[in-house]
Amino acid sequence: MVQKNTISNPQSSHYQADSGKLIYETYCLACHQEDGSGVPGMNPPLIKTDWVLGDSTRLINVILKGLKDTEINGDSYSNEMPSHDFLTDYQIAEVLTYVRKNFGNQASAISSEDVKIQRAKK
Amino acid sequence: MKNLILSLSMITLLMSFKPTDKNPIKNAKLKADADNGGINLPKGFGALIVSEGVGKARHIAVSEKGDIYVRLSKLKDGKGTIILKDTNGDGKADDSIGFGNFVGTGIAIGNGYLYESSDSSVVRYPMKNGSPDESKPETIVTGLELYSEHGTKSLALDDKNHLYVTFGAPSNACQEKNRVKGSKGMMPCPILDWHGGVWQFDANKKNQKQADGFRYATGIRNIVGIDWNKQQGELYAMQHGRDQLTTLYPEMYDAEQSAELPSEEFLLVKKNSDFGWPYCYHDRFQNKKILAPEYGGDTKNQGVCEGKEKPIMAFPGHWAPNALMFYTGNMFPAKYKNGAFICFHGSWNRAPLKQGGYFVAFVPFGKDGKPSGEYEIFADGFSGGPEVKNPGDAKARPMGLAQGTDGSIYITDSVKGKVWRVIHQ
Repeated sequence: MVQKNTISNPQSSHYQADSGKLIYETYCLACHQEDGSGVPGMNPPLIKTDWVLGDSTRLINVILKGLKDTEINGDSYSNEMPSHDFLTDYQIAEVLTYVRKNFGNQASAISSEDVKIQRAKK
Repeated sequence: MKNLILSLSMITLLMSFKPTDKNPIKNAKLKADADNGGINLPKGFGALIVSEGVGKARHIAVSEKGDIYVRLSKLKDGKGTIILKDTNGDGKADDSIGFGNFVGTGIAIGNGYLYESSDSSVVRYPMKNGSPDESKPETIVTGLELYSEHGTKSLALDDKNHLYVTFGAPSNACQEKNRVKGSKGMMPCPILDWHGGVWQFDANKKNQKQADGFRYATGIRNIVGIDWNKQQGELYAMQHGRDQLTTLYPEMYDAEQSAELPSEEFLLVKKNSDFGWPYCYHDRFQNKKILAPEYGGDTKNQGVCEGKEKPIMAFPGHWAPNALMFYTGNMFPAKYKNGAFICFHGSWNRAPLKQGGYFVAFVPFGKDGKPSGEYEIFADGFSGGPEVKNPGDAKARPMGLAQGTDGSIYITDSVKGKVWRVIHQ
Protein backbone atom coordinates (compact mmCIF):
# COMPACT_ATOMS: atom_id res chain seq x y z
CA MET A 1 0.00 0.00 0.00
CA VAL A 2 1.26 3.41 -0.92
CA GLN A 3 1.97 5.67 2.05
CA LYS A 4 -0.13 8.66 1.08
CA ASN A 5 0.76 10.84 3.96
CA THR A 6 4.45 10.69 4.71
CA ILE A 7 4.09 13.27 7.47
CA SER A 8 2.02 11.02 9.70
CA ASN A 9 4.71 8.37 9.52
CA PRO A 10 7.83 9.43 11.42
CA GLN A 11 9.64 6.33 10.16
CA SER A 12 9.38 7.51 6.58
CA SER A 13 12.53 8.90 5.04
CA HIS A 14 10.43 11.84 3.81
CA TYR A 15 9.45 12.82 7.34
CA GLN A 16 10.21 16.43 8.23
CA ALA A 17 9.52 17.96 11.61
CA ASP A 18 8.70 21.26 9.92
CA SER A 19 6.07 19.86 7.60
CA GLY A 20 3.05 22.08 7.02
CA LYS A 21 0.52 19.66 8.48
CA LEU A 22 2.43 19.29 11.72
CA ILE A 23 2.82 23.06 12.09
CA TYR A 24 -0.88 23.47 11.35
CA GLU A 25 -1.80 20.95 14.04
CA THR A 26 0.46 22.64 16.58
CA TYR A 27 -0.34 26.31 16.04
CA CYS A 28 -3.49 26.64 13.92
CA LEU A 29 -5.88 23.72 14.44
CA ALA A 30 -7.20 24.72 17.87
CA CYS A 31 -8.85 27.82 16.41
CA HIS A 32 -9.26 27.09 12.70
CA GLN A 33 -10.28 23.42 13.21
CA GLU A 34 -9.13 20.23 11.57
CA ASP A 35 -10.89 20.97 8.28
CA GLY A 36 -10.11 24.70 8.18
CA SER A 37 -13.78 25.60 8.72
CA GLY A 38 -13.06 27.90 11.69
CA VAL A 39 -15.61 28.75 14.37
CA PRO A 40 -18.65 30.85 13.42
CA GLY A 41 -18.45 34.30 14.97
CA MET A 42 -15.08 33.61 16.62
CA ASN A 43 -12.33 32.32 14.34
CA PRO A 44 -12.51 32.83 10.56
CA PRO A 45 -12.61 29.92 8.10
CA LEU A 46 -9.59 29.17 5.90
CA ILE A 47 -11.76 27.81 3.12
CA LYS A 48 -13.51 29.61 0.27
CA THR A 49 -11.90 32.90 1.19
CA ASP A 50 -9.82 35.32 -0.80
CA TRP A 51 -7.71 35.88 2.33
CA VAL A 52 -6.24 32.40 1.80
CA LEU A 53 -6.64 31.92 -1.95
CA GLY A 54 -5.74 35.45 -3.04
CA ASP A 55 -2.75 37.75 -2.54
CA SER A 56 0.01 35.76 -0.85
CA THR A 57 1.64 38.96 0.51
CA ARG A 58 -1.46 39.80 2.55
CA LEU A 59 -1.68 36.22 3.80
CA ILE A 60 1.97 36.12 4.88
CA ASN A 61 1.44 39.32 6.82
CA VAL A 62 -1.52 37.82 8.70
CA ILE A 63 0.91 35.24 10.10
CA LEU A 64 3.67 37.77 10.77
CA LYS A 65 1.54 40.57 12.25
CA GLY A 66 -1.71 38.92 13.29
CA LEU A 67 -5.20 40.22 12.49
CA LYS A 68 -8.20 41.59 14.37
CA ASP A 69 -11.53 43.35 13.84
CA THR A 70 -11.67 42.37 10.18
CA GLU A 71 -14.74 41.16 8.31
CA ILE A 72 -14.19 37.99 6.31
CA ASN A 73 -16.76 37.28 3.58
CA GLY A 74 -19.19 39.67 5.27
CA ASP A 75 -19.01 38.09 8.71
CA SER A 76 -17.21 39.39 11.78
CA TYR A 77 -15.06 37.28 14.11
CA SER A 78 -14.43 38.13 17.73
CA ASN A 79 -11.11 36.43 18.45
CA GLU A 80 -7.82 38.13 17.71
CA MET A 81 -5.32 36.29 15.52
CA PRO A 82 -2.01 36.67 17.37
CA SER A 83 1.23 37.30 15.52
CA HIS A 84 3.14 34.11 14.75
CA ASP A 85 6.40 35.83 13.82
CA PHE A 86 8.27 33.38 16.06
CA LEU A 87 7.88 30.76 13.32
CA THR A 88 10.78 30.62 10.85
CA ASP A 89 10.39 31.73 7.23
CA TYR A 90 10.51 28.08 6.26
CA GLN A 91 7.82 27.09 8.78
CA ILE A 92 5.51 29.89 7.64
CA ALA A 93 6.00 28.94 3.98
CA GLU A 94 5.27 25.30 4.81
CA VAL A 95 2.12 25.92 6.80
CA LEU A 96 0.70 28.47 4.35
CA THR A 97 1.38 26.13 1.45
CA TYR A 98 -0.38 23.39 3.41
CA VAL A 99 -3.40 25.65 4.01
CA ARG A 100 -3.49 26.81 0.37
CA LYS A 101 -3.50 23.26 -0.93
CA ASN A 102 -5.80 21.53 1.55
CA PHE A 103 -9.40 21.74 2.84
CA GLY A 104 -10.50 21.97 -0.82
CA ASN A 105 -8.26 25.00 -1.44
CA GLN A 106 -6.21 25.13 -4.62
CA ALA A 107 -3.74 28.00 -4.70
CA SER A 108 -0.06 28.35 -5.44
CA ALA A 109 2.67 27.42 -2.98
CA ILE A 110 4.43 30.03 -0.87
CA SER A 111 8.23 29.95 -0.60
CA SER A 112 10.56 30.79 2.28
CA GLU A 113 11.90 33.58 0.07
CA ASP A 114 8.39 35.12 -0.18
CA VAL A 115 8.17 35.16 3.62
CA LYS A 116 11.68 36.52 4.02
CA ILE A 117 10.88 39.51 1.79
CA GLN A 118 7.76 40.38 3.83
CA ARG A 119 9.55 39.98 7.14
CA ALA A 120 12.34 42.33 5.96
CA LYS A 121 9.73 45.04 5.22
CA LYS A 122 8.60 45.06 8.84
CA MET B 1 -79.69 16.63 20.47
CA LYS B 2 -76.56 15.15 18.94
CA ASN B 3 -76.85 17.60 16.10
CA LEU B 4 -77.18 20.48 18.49
CA ILE B 5 -74.00 19.48 20.36
CA LEU B 6 -72.22 19.06 17.04
CA SER B 7 -73.25 22.45 15.75
CA LEU B 8 -72.44 24.08 19.09
CA SER B 9 -68.95 22.61 19.01
CA MET B 10 -68.65 23.70 15.37
CA ILE B 11 -69.45 27.24 16.44
CA THR B 12 -66.88 27.06 19.26
CA LEU B 13 -64.33 25.73 16.79
CA LEU B 14 -65.06 28.49 14.30
CA MET B 15 -64.88 31.12 17.01
CA SER B 16 -61.50 29.93 18.22
CA PHE B 17 -60.14 30.08 14.67
CA LYS B 18 -61.27 33.66 14.21
CA PRO B 19 -58.04 35.68 14.32
CA THR B 20 -59.92 38.88 15.16
CA ASP B 21 -61.19 37.46 18.46
CA LYS B 22 -60.91 40.05 21.17
CA ASN B 23 -60.24 37.36 23.74
CA PRO B 24 -58.51 34.57 21.86
CA ILE B 25 -58.28 31.27 23.72
CA LYS B 26 -54.51 31.36 24.23
CA ASN B 27 -52.71 28.05 24.36
CA ALA B 28 -55.89 26.23 23.47
CA LYS B 29 -54.07 24.59 20.58
CA LEU B 30 -50.56 24.54 22.01
CA LYS B 31 -49.14 21.22 20.91
CA ALA B 32 -45.61 19.85 20.65
CA ASP B 33 -44.31 19.03 17.18
CA ALA B 34 -44.32 15.31 16.37
CA ASP B 35 -40.49 15.27 16.45
CA ASN B 36 -40.22 17.89 19.23
CA GLY B 37 -38.61 20.22 16.71
CA GLY B 38 -35.65 17.87 16.36
CA ILE B 39 -34.50 18.05 19.98
CA ASN B 40 -34.50 15.43 22.74
CA LEU B 41 -36.21 16.13 26.06
CA PRO B 42 -37.00 14.29 29.30
CA LYS B 43 -40.22 12.25 29.43
CA GLY B 44 -43.34 14.36 29.71
CA PHE B 45 -41.83 17.34 27.91
CA GLY B 46 -42.40 18.35 24.32
CA ALA B 47 -41.18 21.12 22.06
CA LEU B 48 -42.48 23.00 19.08
CA ILE B 49 -40.65 25.23 16.65
CA VAL B 50 -41.88 28.80 17.07
CA SER B 51 -39.80 30.05 14.15
CA GLU B 52 -37.51 28.25 11.72
CA GLY B 53 -35.05 31.11 11.63
CA VAL B 54 -34.92 34.79 12.55
CA GLY B 55 -31.18 35.32 11.84
CA LYS B 56 -28.11 34.99 14.02
CA ALA B 57 -29.93 34.91 17.36
CA ARG B 58 -28.52 35.92 20.74
CA HIS B 59 -30.54 36.39 23.92
CA ILE B 60 -34.32 36.39 24.09
CA ALA B 61 -37.09 37.84 26.25
CA VAL B 62 -40.84 37.22 26.36
CA SER B 63 -43.28 40.00 27.23
CA GLU B 64 -46.37 39.68 29.40
CA LYS B 65 -48.42 39.64 26.22
CA GLY B 66 -46.46 36.61 25.07
CA ASP B 67 -44.54 38.40 22.32
CA ILE B 68 -41.03 37.07 21.79
CA TYR B 69 -38.05 39.43 21.42
CA VAL B 70 -34.92 37.94 19.87
CA ARG B 71 -31.65 39.90 19.75
CA LEU B 72 -29.40 39.41 16.72
CA SER B 73 -25.62 39.52 16.25
CA LYS B 74 -26.02 40.57 12.62
CA LEU B 75 -28.57 43.04 11.24
CA LYS B 76 -31.50 41.50 9.41
CA ASP B 77 -33.08 43.88 6.93
CA GLY B 78 -31.51 46.69 8.93
CA LYS B 79 -33.01 45.53 12.23
CA GLY B 80 -31.28 44.23 15.36
CA THR B 81 -34.24 42.62 17.14
CA ILE B 82 -36.97 40.40 15.76
CA ILE B 83 -40.36 40.41 17.50
CA LEU B 84 -42.29 37.19 16.99
CA LYS B 85 -46.02 37.16 17.60
CA ASP B 86 -48.35 34.21 17.89
CA THR B 87 -51.79 35.61 17.16
CA ASN B 88 -53.82 32.40 17.23
CA GLY B 89 -52.34 30.67 20.27
CA ASP B 90 -50.91 27.60 18.54
CA GLY B 91 -47.39 28.49 19.68
CA LYS B 92 -46.11 29.09 16.15
CA ALA B 93 -45.08 32.62 15.26
CA ASP B 94 -47.37 33.95 12.57
CA ASP B 95 -46.04 37.48 12.56
CA SER B 96 -42.46 38.72 12.59
CA ILE B 97 -41.47 42.38 12.96
CA GLY B 98 -38.02 43.97 12.93
CA PHE B 99 -37.30 46.38 15.79
CA GLY B 100 -34.40 48.76 16.50
CA ASN B 101 -31.38 49.33 14.32
CA PHE B 102 -28.50 47.97 16.41
CA VAL B 103 -27.28 44.44 17.04
CA GLY B 104 -26.20 43.00 20.38
CA THR B 105 -26.70 40.25 22.90
CA GLY B 106 -28.40 41.63 26.01
CA ILE B 107 -32.12 42.02 26.55
CA ALA B 108 -34.37 42.36 29.60
CA ILE B 109 -37.95 43.43 30.20
CA GLY B 110 -38.69 45.14 33.50
CA ASN B 111 -39.69 48.41 35.19
CA GLY B 112 -42.15 48.91 32.33
CA TYR B 113 -39.34 49.04 29.79
CA LEU B 114 -37.57 46.90 27.24
CA TYR B 115 -33.79 47.09 27.79
CA GLU B 116 -31.40 46.19 24.97
CA SER B 117 -27.62 46.32 24.73
CA SER B 118 -25.23 46.90 21.89
CA ASP B 119 -21.55 46.19 22.57
CA SER B 120 -21.09 49.85 23.56
CA SER B 121 -24.40 50.95 25.11
CA VAL B 122 -27.67 50.06 26.82
CA VAL B 123 -30.91 51.55 25.50
CA ARG B 124 -34.45 51.15 26.81
CA TYR B 125 -37.90 51.71 25.31
CA PRO B 126 -41.10 52.30 27.29
CA MET B 127 -43.63 49.49 27.03
CA LYS B 128 -46.94 50.96 25.90
CA ASN B 129 -49.97 48.66 25.86
CA GLY B 130 -47.58 45.75 26.13
CA SER B 131 -45.34 46.80 23.25
CA PRO B 132 -42.13 48.86 23.23
CA ASP B 133 -42.35 52.34 21.72
CA GLU B 134 -39.52 52.49 19.19
CA SER B 135 -39.90 56.25 18.82
CA LYS B 136 -38.92 56.89 22.47
CA PRO B 137 -35.50 55.31 23.05
CA GLU B 138 -33.67 56.33 26.23
CA THR B 139 -29.94 55.74 26.43
CA ILE B 140 -29.16 54.36 29.88
CA VAL B 141 -25.48 53.46 29.49
CA THR B 142 -23.36 55.06 26.80
CA GLY B 143 -19.85 55.49 25.43
CA LEU B 144 -18.53 52.04 26.29
CA GLU B 145 -15.28 50.98 24.67
CA LEU B 146 -15.85 48.83 21.59
CA TYR B 147 -13.80 45.66 21.28
CA SER B 148 -14.48 42.37 19.61
CA GLU B 149 -13.08 39.72 21.97
CA HIS B 150 -15.64 39.11 24.75
CA GLY B 151 -17.17 42.45 23.80
CA THR B 152 -20.86 41.51 24.05
CA LYS B 153 -22.87 42.96 26.92
CA SER B 154 -25.38 40.76 28.70
CA LEU B 155 -28.02 42.32 30.96
CA ALA B 156 -29.88 41.55 34.16
CA LEU B 157 -32.34 43.63 36.21
CA ASP B 158 -32.85 43.22 39.94
CA ASP B 159 -35.87 44.30 41.99
CA LYS B 160 -34.15 47.42 43.37
CA ASN B 161 -33.88 49.39 40.13
CA HIS B 162 -30.38 48.21 39.31
CA LEU B 163 -29.13 47.16 35.91
CA TYR B 164 -26.20 44.71 35.73
CA VAL B 165 -23.97 44.77 32.64
CA THR B 166 -21.19 42.29 31.86
CA PHE B 167 -17.79 43.63 30.76
CA GLY B 168 -15.81 40.71 29.33
CA ALA B 169 -12.04 41.02 29.22
CA PRO B 170 -10.68 41.78 25.73
CA SER B 171 -8.04 39.16 26.39
CA ASN B 172 -7.53 35.46 27.06
CA ALA B 173 -5.19 35.63 30.05
CA CYS B 174 -4.02 39.28 30.31
CA GLN B 175 -0.70 38.58 28.60
CA GLU B 176 1.35 41.54 27.38
CA LYS B 177 0.64 40.18 23.89
CA ASN B 178 -2.73 38.44 23.80
CA ARG B 179 -2.53 34.71 23.07
CA VAL B 180 1.16 34.88 22.10
CA LYS B 181 3.33 32.03 23.36
CA GLY B 182 5.99 33.23 25.76
CA SER B 183 4.33 36.60 26.46
CA LYS B 184 4.13 37.32 30.19
CA GLY B 185 1.02 38.02 32.23
CA MET B 186 0.73 41.71 33.13
CA MET B 187 1.05 42.40 36.87
CA PRO B 188 -1.19 43.86 38.05
CA CYS B 189 -3.56 43.19 35.17
CA PRO B 190 -4.70 46.66 34.00
CA ILE B 191 -7.66 45.17 32.14
CA LEU B 192 -9.44 44.63 35.47
CA ASP B 193 -9.88 48.39 35.95
CA TRP B 194 -12.58 48.51 33.28
CA HIS B 195 -13.27 44.95 32.24
CA GLY B 196 -13.31 41.39 33.50
CA GLY B 197 -16.32 41.88 35.74
CA VAL B 198 -19.93 42.96 36.23
CA TRP B 199 -20.87 46.63 36.61
CA GLN B 200 -24.02 47.80 38.34
CA PHE B 201 -25.93 50.84 37.04
CA ASP B 202 -29.06 52.78 37.97
CA ALA B 203 -31.73 51.18 35.78
CA ASN B 204 -33.61 54.48 35.44
CA LYS B 205 -30.87 57.06 34.95
CA LYS B 206 -30.06 58.27 31.47
CA ASN B 207 -26.65 58.61 29.81
CA GLN B 208 -24.50 56.90 32.44
CA LYS B 209 -20.87 56.34 31.52
CA GLN B 210 -19.08 53.25 32.75
CA ALA B 211 -17.45 55.36 35.46
CA ASP B 212 -20.93 56.23 36.79
CA GLY B 213 -21.50 52.53 37.40
CA PHE B 214 -20.17 50.45 40.26
CA ARG B 215 -17.81 47.50 39.74
CA TYR B 216 -20.05 44.93 41.42
CA ALA B 217 -17.73 41.96 40.91
CA THR B 218 -14.30 41.38 39.35
CA GLY B 219 -11.87 38.66 38.28
CA ILE B 220 -14.24 37.23 35.67
CA ARG B 221 -12.83 36.62 32.20
CA ASN B 222 -16.10 36.59 30.33
CA ILE B 223 -19.79 36.20 31.13
CA VAL B 224 -22.53 35.71 28.59
CA GLY B 225 -25.14 33.90 30.72
CA ILE B 226 -26.39 35.98 33.67
CA ASP B 227 -29.62 36.09 35.69
CA TRP B 228 -31.00 37.75 38.78
CA ASN B 229 -32.46 35.13 41.12
CA LYS B 230 -35.60 36.66 42.61
CA GLN B 231 -36.00 34.04 45.35
CA GLN B 232 -32.49 34.56 46.68
CA GLY B 233 -32.20 38.23 45.79
CA GLU B 234 -28.78 37.45 44.31
CA LEU B 235 -27.00 37.65 40.98
CA TYR B 236 -25.72 34.48 39.32
CA ALA B 237 -23.60 34.11 36.20
CA MET B 238 -21.64 31.67 34.08
CA GLN B 239 -17.94 32.28 33.45
CA HIS B 240 -16.20 31.21 30.26
CA GLY B 241 -12.81 29.85 31.34
CA ARG B 242 -9.57 30.68 29.58
CA ASP B 243 -8.27 28.97 26.44
CA GLN B 244 -4.99 27.56 25.18
CA LEU B 245 -3.20 26.12 28.21
CA THR B 246 -1.38 23.68 25.95
CA THR B 247 -0.60 26.00 23.02
CA LEU B 248 0.88 28.57 25.44
CA TYR B 249 2.45 26.12 27.95
CA PRO B 250 2.99 22.77 26.19
CA GLU B 251 5.61 21.77 28.75
CA MET B 252 2.99 21.88 31.55
CA TYR B 253 -0.27 20.88 29.88
CA ASP B 254 -0.87 18.23 27.24
CA ALA B 255 -3.68 18.64 24.72
CA GLU B 256 -6.12 16.52 26.71
CA GLN B 257 -5.56 18.45 29.93
CA SER B 258 -6.02 21.67 27.98
CA ALA B 259 -9.29 20.31 26.59
CA GLU B 260 -10.67 19.58 30.08
CA LEU B 261 -9.24 22.63 31.86
CA PRO B 262 -10.12 25.05 33.17
CA SER B 263 -13.68 24.66 34.46
CA GLU B 264 -16.58 26.62 33.07
CA GLU B 265 -17.78 28.16 36.34
CA PHE B 266 -21.27 28.70 37.74
CA LEU B 267 -20.87 31.78 39.94
CA LEU B 268 -22.89 33.26 42.75
CA VAL B 269 -21.93 36.87 42.17
CA LYS B 270 -22.07 38.76 45.43
CA LYS B 271 -21.20 42.41 45.75
CA ASN B 272 -17.39 42.85 45.69
CA SER B 273 -16.72 39.21 44.75
CA ASP B 274 -13.35 38.48 43.14
CA PHE B 275 -13.17 35.25 41.15
CA GLY B 276 -9.47 35.55 40.36
CA TRP B 277 -9.05 35.96 36.58
CA PRO B 278 -6.41 36.37 35.11
CA TYR B 279 -4.22 35.22 37.99
CA CYS B 280 -6.26 32.09 38.64
CA TYR B 281 -8.31 29.46 36.89
CA HIS B 282 -10.50 26.72 38.35
CA ASP B 283 -9.46 23.06 38.14
CA ARG B 284 -12.47 20.85 38.79
CA PHE B 285 -10.35 17.72 39.31
CA GLN B 286 -8.48 19.35 42.19
CA ASN B 287 -11.56 21.42 43.11
CA LYS B 288 -9.36 24.47 43.56
CA LYS B 289 -8.47 27.77 42.05
CA ILE B 290 -4.98 27.30 40.60
CA LEU B 291 -2.37 29.96 39.85
CA ALA B 292 -2.24 30.58 36.07
CA PRO B 293 1.02 29.69 34.30
CA GLU B 294 1.37 33.31 33.11
CA TYR B 295 1.70 34.25 36.81
CA GLY B 296 4.12 31.57 37.91
CA GLY B 297 1.69 28.67 38.31
CA ASP B 298 2.88 25.08 37.95
CA THR B 299 -0.55 23.36 37.52
CA LYS B 300 -0.82 22.75 41.31
CA ASN B 301 0.34 25.84 43.18
CA GLN B 302 -2.50 28.08 44.41
CA GLY B 303 -0.63 31.17 45.58
CA VAL B 304 -2.97 34.18 45.74
CA CYS B 305 -5.77 32.02 44.37
CA GLU B 306 -6.46 30.38 47.71
CA GLY B 307 -8.42 33.44 48.78
CA LYS B 308 -10.48 33.84 45.61
CA GLU B 309 -14.18 33.01 45.37
CA LYS B 310 -14.96 29.50 44.17
CA PRO B 311 -17.74 28.52 41.77
CA ILE B 312 -20.92 26.92 43.13
CA MET B 313 -20.60 24.34 40.35
CA ALA B 314 -17.83 23.53 37.85
CA PHE B 315 -18.38 22.17 34.35
CA PRO B 316 -15.89 20.67 31.85
CA GLY B 317 -13.76 23.09 29.88
CA HIS B 318 -14.82 25.14 26.85
CA TRP B 319 -18.51 24.19 26.78
CA ALA B 320 -19.36 27.91 26.45
CA PRO B 321 -22.31 28.62 28.78
CA ASN B 322 -24.12 31.40 26.92
CA ALA B 323 -27.40 31.68 28.80
CA LEU B 324 -28.56 31.21 32.38
CA MET B 325 -32.16 31.28 33.58
CA PHE B 326 -33.75 30.43 36.90
CA TYR B 327 -37.11 28.76 36.41
CA THR B 328 -39.96 30.34 38.35
CA GLY B 329 -42.92 28.96 36.42
CA ASN B 330 -45.56 26.43 37.39
CA MET B 331 -45.89 24.42 34.19
CA PHE B 332 -42.91 22.14 34.83
CA PRO B 333 -42.79 19.50 37.62
CA ALA B 334 -41.83 20.68 41.11
CA LYS B 335 -38.15 19.71 40.90
CA TYR B 336 -37.57 22.38 38.26
CA LYS B 337 -38.93 25.21 40.38
CA ASN B 338 -36.19 27.75 41.17
CA GLY B 339 -33.59 25.55 39.47
CA ALA B 340 -31.28 26.80 36.74
CA PHE B 341 -31.34 26.17 33.01
CA ILE B 342 -28.06 26.75 31.17
CA CYS B 343 -27.42 26.89 27.41
CA PHE B 344 -24.05 25.40 26.58
CA HIS B 345 -23.42 26.91 23.16
CA GLY B 346 -20.75 24.25 22.52
CA SER B 347 -16.98 24.07 22.39
CA TRP B 348 -14.49 24.73 19.64
CA ASN B 349 -11.21 24.03 21.40
CA ARG B 350 -11.41 20.57 22.90
CA ALA B 351 -9.22 18.79 20.30
CA PRO B 352 -8.08 16.01 20.51
CA LEU B 353 -11.13 15.15 22.66
CA LYS B 354 -14.67 15.32 21.35
CA GLN B 355 -16.34 18.72 21.33
CA GLY B 356 -18.68 19.28 24.27
CA GLY B 357 -21.78 21.26 25.09
CA TYR B 358 -24.34 21.96 22.35
CA PHE B 359 -27.16 21.25 24.83
CA VAL B 360 -29.31 22.84 27.52
CA ALA B 361 -28.53 21.64 31.04
CA PHE B 362 -30.66 21.78 34.18
CA VAL B 363 -29.24 22.26 37.69
CA PRO B 364 -31.62 21.64 40.63
CA PHE B 365 -31.38 24.22 43.42
CA GLY B 366 -32.02 24.02 47.14
CA LYS B 367 -33.57 26.69 49.33
CA ASP B 368 -30.06 27.83 50.27
CA GLY B 369 -29.48 29.15 46.76
CA LYS B 370 -26.92 26.41 45.96
CA PRO B 371 -27.18 23.45 43.59
CA SER B 372 -28.92 20.53 45.34
CA GLY B 373 -27.70 17.87 42.93
CA GLU B 374 -25.70 17.17 39.78
CA TYR B 375 -26.52 18.85 36.50
CA GLU B 376 -28.49 16.91 33.93
CA ILE B 377 -28.90 17.30 30.20
CA PHE B 378 -32.36 18.77 29.68
CA ALA B 379 -32.42 19.30 25.91
CA ASP B 380 -29.96 18.11 23.30
CA GLY B 381 -29.86 17.16 19.63
CA PHE B 382 -29.55 20.79 18.49
CA SER B 383 -26.45 20.10 16.38
CA GLY B 384 -28.32 17.57 14.25
CA GLY B 385 -25.87 14.69 14.58
CA PRO B 386 -24.42 12.30 17.14
CA GLU B 387 -21.16 14.25 17.38
CA VAL B 388 -19.92 17.72 16.45
CA LYS B 389 -16.51 17.52 14.87
CA ASN B 390 -16.14 21.15 13.85
CA PRO B 391 -18.44 23.85 15.28
CA GLY B 392 -19.34 25.03 11.79
CA ASP B 393 -21.02 21.67 11.15
CA ALA B 394 -23.58 22.15 13.92
CA LYS B 395 -27.01 22.78 12.42
CA ALA B 396 -28.08 24.68 15.52
CA ARG B 397 -26.43 25.84 18.76
CA PRO B 398 -28.44 26.78 21.86
CA MET B 399 -27.82 30.43 22.72
CA GLY B 400 -30.64 32.13 24.60
CA LEU B 401 -33.31 31.27 27.18
CA ALA B 402 -36.54 32.87 28.31
CA GLN B 403 -39.58 31.85 30.30
CA GLY B 404 -43.06 32.39 28.91
CA THR B 405 -45.98 33.70 30.94
CA ASP B 406 -47.45 30.19 31.06
CA GLY B 407 -44.22 28.66 32.38
CA SER B 408 -43.02 27.18 29.10
CA ILE B 409 -39.43 28.00 28.13
CA TYR B 410 -38.02 29.36 24.92
CA ILE B 411 -34.61 28.51 23.43
CA THR B 412 -32.84 30.42 20.64
CA ASP B 413 -30.21 29.12 18.20
CA SER B 414 -27.25 31.18 17.04
CA VAL B 415 -26.80 29.52 13.63
CA LYS B 416 -30.08 30.27 11.85
CA GLY B 417 -32.09 31.72 14.68
CA LYS B 418 -34.49 28.85 15.24
CA VAL B 419 -36.71 29.35 18.27
CA TRP B 420 -38.10 26.42 20.26
CA ARG B 421 -40.77 26.47 22.91
CA VAL B 422 -40.59 23.67 25.46
CA ILE B 423 -43.79 22.66 27.22
CA HIS B 424 -44.74 20.05 29.78
CA GLN B 425 -47.79 18.01 28.90
